[in-house]
This record gives sequence, structure tokens and C-alpha cells, in this order.
Amino acid sequence: MSPSGNISEEPLMDRLLFGDNQFFGVNHMSEEKARSQQMQFQDMSAILDVLDDAYDLGLRTFMCTTHDRIGELCDVARSSPDRYPDLQFHPCMPYAHKYADAVTENGIIGAMRRFVPDTGYLDAARRGTASLARKEINGLTSLLIDAEMKMFEGLRTPVVWLQNVVVDLLLGLGFKDAFTIFTEHIRSRYGAEPGFITMNLPALLDLLDEVGIENPLVCANINKIGFRMSGGIESYRRALETRSFRAVAMSVFASGAIPPDEAVQWVCEQPNITSIVFGASSRRNIRGTKELVDRYWHDGPSRTGRP
Amino acid sequence: MVRVAVVGLGKMGLSHLALLNAHPDADVVAVCDSSGYLLGVLGKYTGIQTYADINKMLAAEDLDAVVIATPSSLHAPMVRTVIAQGVHVFCEKPFCLDDSDGLELALAAERAGLVTQIGYHNRFVGAFREVKRLLDAQAIGRVTHVLAEAYGPVVLRQQGSTWRSKKTEGGGCLYDYAAHPINLVNWFLGEPTGVGGTRLNKVFSRETDDEVLSTLYFENDVSSQVSVSWSDESVRKMTTKITVWGTGGRIYADRQECQAFIRSDQPLDGYRKGWNVRYTTELSDPVYFYLRGEEYSAQLDHFICRVSSVTVDGENTFASAVQTDRTLSLMIEDAVKGASTTATTAMRGVTTREVSTPDRSEDQSRPRATVRLQRQARLLADKVLATIDRWRDRK
Repeated sequence: MSPSGNISEEPLMDRLLFGDNQFFGVNHMSEEKARSQQMQFQDMSAILDVLDDAYDLGLRTFMCTTHDRIGELCDVARSSPDRYPDLQFHPCMPYAHKYADAVTENGIIGAMRRFVPDTGYLDAARRGTASLARKEINGLTSLLIDAEMKMFEGLRTPVVWLQNVVVDLLLGLGFKDAFTIFTEHIRSRYGAEPGFITMNLPALLDLLDEVGIENPLVCANINKIGFRMSGGIESYRRALETRSFRAVAMSVFASGAIPPDEAVQWVCEQPNITSIVFGASSRRNIRGTKELVDRYWHDGPSRTGRP
Repeated sequence: MVRVAVVGLGKMGLSHLALLNAHPDADVVAVCDSSGYLLGVLGKYTGIQTYADINKMLAAEDLDAVVIATPSSLHAPMVRTVIAQGVHVFCEKPFCLDDSDGLELALAAERAGLVTQIGYHNRFVGAFREVKRLLDAQAIGRVTHVLAEAYGPVVLRQQGSTWRSKKTEGGGCLYDYAAHPINLVNWFLGEPTGVGGTRLNKVFSRETDDEVLSTLYFENDVSSQVSVSWSDESVRKMTTKITVWGTGGRIYADRQECQAFIRSDQPLDGYRKGWNVRYTTELSDPVYFYLRGEEYSAQLDHFICRVSSVTVDGENTFASAVQTDRTLSLMIEDAVKGASTTATTAMRGVTTREVSTPDRSEDQSRPRATVRLQRQARLLADKVLATIDRWRDRK
């Protein structure tokens, strides 16, 4: 594995991050829209065109899942360093459907066998009796993370995110050690900052406090209508005002339920938001969002090490 | 605080466990599963008490409620065990593979005054709730037809090694997928008086069905058509769709949105004549904790609230799920019969030339004895239902 982004050399977190939901038919508004986007981005060239537009409009960070097709994109980025000299990736793992489908097909243990190389870690699982020691859990988690990170080899990945379906499952279960295991591995192996995506921001901040992860990077829905802001919009506002964490706002348009101007203005008025992540399918929409953010946010790019 | 335990730690069991653990009024005191490995990890890292045997768990723990998310064939015996202990119970869908079990258990729970619920989470999806609200308000007049669909990419090749690929365990597209849209149809229209033209097609699976097609007949000439496949890779994840036609318009809904075409000049409040679209952003109520969809939290919240107040009535009770079990049983029985009007019959009047009977698939050559047994079971079930009614009247 090649050295990835180093946080001491990468103090800046872009204000605007480009997301990838639109490329894979993820649309929280309409299944019809999701299908038409899947058709639009069937060919890699269509995805690349939009990414080129985003890059040319000044977006440098691509926050993406670890979908197989992102691997193809990484190949392109690696082979044309002159085209994208400042491009950096924020991988979001795991690509949950891959695992969920495997669990449906093979059961939990069967799915793990499929994704974890045969290293003996699963011997205990095969016997079906022993419980795994912390060392073994560490080993398994590292293997899963490394498998997901392989496609980004040689590319800059200053932040690695854990997807909300996993964060919120672990949060609900109270599986606290998982957060420190992820954090330690991402920092030591990739020299990157761990990030956590959640739909339950206040509850997650409590847990991260408890396990001693300081000033964490957390990505959550933050929008004017409180859509999927579990714990309530008021508790999100209180968290933004009083707690020490770096917030990345997603779903700021609430899947299109809020007019763009109103949505961006509101988010930019909230205190202590580090970045906004958004997806768009056309140059026009990317430019539109970028112009709105430039208009309502005047203080330039934020530092990741914000106090 | 409701003291609750979760039995069965597959995908749904783990999800329920996380959601219950996060619920402000629930206290998860134990989990039970047959995998020692999973129990070991959970016990060690979350501190929850673990059991490999449900009977030992029930004997050792003082429980208000149990959530069962085991493979479907274990639902009936486990629910029976839990009810016998006087404990409230939430069980994953489908309820029972044999609908007479379902009736017996619904009756037993009702007698014991227990809170029951089945995990048909679509009844907690904002868009489907809106359909129900519109139909109850007769927003599209008299309903004439309902199209119930579900598609998803579960079985895309000839393999599979879990209980979901085994008919005897309650696997297959009928129980796993079709049960969802059919349960919605039961919610909107009640229980069908009959079914016809059912096909349980194998596409890739060796033992179970991958496609489910059927026509459900209801009173007053209302009908519903069911089209379901779990072998459809064109959709990213399971998608359930309902379309309802009525004398006063049409409603379409999936989990993201509800589109209604209203003909009336005086539509419901908030609606206009012509097209109306409501999205999940306005149809979903906020939940206490979010994991994969508001509906999963909302259904458990409903259950925990009902247990807290011992409210037997509610959404998705055993009695309501029995309607779906019975509909599925009718469809299995119907699928055995094959085409009701065959080319042979149709042509008999036209030509004297002998027309060969088309080959029957394995599904359709089910032994007649099985069919007879199923009919007897249904007769018995009807008797039990009548007993329930009589018992209710006496009460």
C-alpha cells in the first residue's frame, strides 16, 4: 500500500465536497429519478464528464463510496495525474449493498468468508463456539478496511469515512470499541483522518466523546426542514453551537424539497460547519451550487484542525 | 422501561437489536441465537446477556417482551413458547408458514391479553400510510383494482446456501418478497375471497420460487394483481410499488413518494384536482433513532409504546397478519392447479383434433393429498375463526 494523504501536510478541508450518489442511482426523492440517473451514468465516460466539470469548476475533493465502478475511476485518476493534479478522494466504506446481498445469500458467517481472505481469523467462527479476542477483531476489521482501500492505492485519501448504515448500526448496538479500532487503523495505516457519517448526530457525538475520539469529523444531514436529522433539528443546532467536532453537512437540499437558494443560505448561516457535500448530474447544477455557497459563505476554505 | 429480548441475530435481528437498544423506553436485557460466535462478539463488546436457548432465556430473565427474527419456520414454535410465558411478542414477517398455526397463536395471545405485532414495516412507510389515508377518505371514489408489485436483486444465479433458499424453512420469493405487497393489499382491501392464475415460477432457484404472479379476488368485483420478482438486477434494492385505480382517480406509491391523480372538483384538504405528488420528505415523521429507514424505527416504537400501556389493538397484530398468511396459502394452493382455461378446453368446441396437454412444471405436479390436506386445514381454520368470533361476542 502506498503512502496516502498525510494530515499534517493537508491541513485544509475543502468547503465544498463532491459526492457520488447521483452516479449510482441513489435518490431519496424518487425511484423514477434514480433509474433515469442510472441510465444517464451507465457509461463511465458520462461520470467522467461530470467529474471533469466539477474539477474544472474548482471542486477538488471527491467523496465517494467503494463501489466497484469507483475503482475504474481511480484507474483514470492514476493514469492522468496531469489532468487532476489536486484531486483527492474521501472514500466512504463499506459499500453496504455488497455485504448486505452477500448476507442474504450466504448468511453472516458465509458472507465474511467471502470477503475475508483465509487467514485463520475465521477459524473460531467456523467452530461456531469461541468468541473472538480484541486482537482478532482488530485483524478482521483491518483486512476489511484494506480490501476496500485497495482501489485508492497511489491516490490521495486524506479522510476515510465510515458509512452511516454501519456507524448507526454500531452506535445502536453500543459497539463502542469499533469506533476506536477504525480510528486507529485509518490513522496508523493511511495517515488519514477517520470520519463518521450518521443520521443520529447528537447520539453519535456522545459516544465518540465517551471513547475519547476528540474533535471528530462527522458528516450528517443538516437541512432547513430537519429531514432525517434524528434527535431533532434543535438538538443539531445545539450540537453545532456547543460541541467540539467538525461537521460536514449532507442532504442540505433535503432531496430537492428545499429550493436551492433557501437551502444553501440556511446551511451557511449555521455555526461551525466545516464543509458541505453535494451531488449533481450536470455542469449547470454544479456551478449553481458552487455560486450559492460562494455567495453565502464568505470565509474561504476551512481548516480541518479547527479548534 | 420495557424489558425486551431479541431472538435470532440475522440482518433483521441485528437491526432490531440496535433500534431497541437506542429506544429511550426499552431496555434490551438479553439476546438469543444459535451462533456462539455472534453471541460471543456481542456479549463481549456490548455487555448484553446472551443465550443459545430461548427456554433458558425465558426462565432466567424477567421479560416484558420478546422480538423474534429467526428463520420463518421457527416463528410458530417460538411464538408459542413466548406466549405460554405470558410475554408480549413482536415477530418478523411472514407470521406462520401454516396459517392454522397463526390462527391458533392469534387466539392464544388474545386470550392472554398480550400485545402482538408482525414486522410488516411497509405499513409504517409514510407514502403507503398516505395511500391508506386517501383510500379511507375515498379520495379516488370506489376502488376497482390494485396492482401490487415488488422487485429486487436477491437471487441472480443458481446458488445460495441459507434458509432463504429452502422452501421448508419459509424461503422463496413468495414469503420473503411477495408477502410485503400482499400485506399492503390486505391493509387496503381486506382478505381476498379467492385467488386465481397464480404462478410460483423458478428462475434460478432449485427449490423455491423466484417470481410470484397472481390475481386476488375481493368482494364487490374488486381485484388485485400481484407481480413480484426477486431475480431482477435492474433495481438497486428491493422496491415495493402499489397502484390503485378507482372511479375517482388513481394513486401510485412506493417508499419514496405518493402520486395521486384526483378527478373530483372537491378533493381532500391539501390536494387538488389532477396530479398531486407527495414525497417522503413531507410524508415521514421524525423518528427517535434512524437506521436504514424511518419505518423500522416507527414499527418498533409502536410496539414498545403498546407494550408499555398494554394496548392490545394496533397496527400489524397477529390477527391482521393471519389475513396475509391465509392469502399466501391460497396462492400456494392455486399455483398447483395451473391454467384454469387451457388450450385443450378452449379448442374442444372448435375442432375435434386432439390437442396435447402442455407439460406441467414440478410446482404444478404437487401430490393431490397435499392439496386435500391444505383444504382440510383451511376448513379447520375457518372453524377456529368462527370460535374466535363467538368468543368475542360473549366477551
